[in-house]
Amino acid sequence: MSELIPTIIAKYNYWIYITLMMIGLYAMIAKNNLVKKIVGMNIFQTAIILFYVSIGVKKGATIPISTGGHGAAHEVVHAADYLNPLPHVLMLTAIVVGVATLGVALALALRIYSRYNTLEEDEILAQIRKK
Amino acid sequence: MFWQIDLAILTLVVVTAVGSLMVKDLLGAAILFGAYSFLMCLLWSIMGAVDVAFTEASVGAGVSSVFFVAAVFRTSRRTKD
Repeated sequence: MSELIPTIIAKYNYWIYITLMMIGLYAMIAKNNLVKKIVGMNIFQTAIILFYVSIGVKKGATIPISTGGHGAAHEVVHAADYLNPLPHVLMLTAIVVGVATLGVALALALRIYSRYNTLEEDEILAQIRKK
Repeated sequence: MFWQIDLAILTLVVVTAVGSLMVKDLLGAAILFGAYSFLMCLLWSIMGAVDVAFTEASVGAGVSSVFFVAAVFRTSRRTKD
C-alpha cells in the first residue's frame, strides 16, 4: 500500500485519461438520448488522442519546428532537443476523422428524428416494437 | 510542462465532460462540449503539440460546436437524462 500511492501520483495524467475514457464509454452505453451518446463518443475519441500526444512529450525539449529557414546557413539538428512529432501527425488525422464521424452520426440522428419524432432511445424502441 | 497548470486544466476537462453529459438541456450540452474542446486545445499547446492544438481549436471547438447547435435546432432541446 505504501508504494502504491506514489506510483499512482507519479502517473496522475494517465489515470485522468482513463477516467475520461470511461466517462465516454459510460455515456455511449448508459445514456438514453442520442445526442448525449454522440457527445460521449467524442469524449472517448479525445481521451485516446490525449493519451497518444502525451507519449511524445519529453522533458526539456522544444516544439518540433526547425529554426533555420530555407536558404539559411546549415545548422546541426539534434533530434533529442525536439519533441517526438510522430504521434502529433497521427493524431491530426484522428481529429479530422473524428469530426467526419460526428457529422455522419448527427445526420443519422436527424433522419431518426424526422421519422420517429423523438431522440430518446426507449421511445424509438417502443415505436419500433408497436409496428 | 508545469504540472500545476496541467493538473488544473485536466480537472477542468473532467468537470466539463461530466457537466456536458449531466445537463438536462441539449443546447447547454453542446456549449459545454465546446468548452471541453477548447480546454483540450489548451492542454495540447501545453504539451507542445502546436499543430494538433490549432487543428483542435478550429475543427473541434469550432466546427463540432456548429454541428451540434445546428442539429439541436433542427430537432429538440428536450432530454430525459
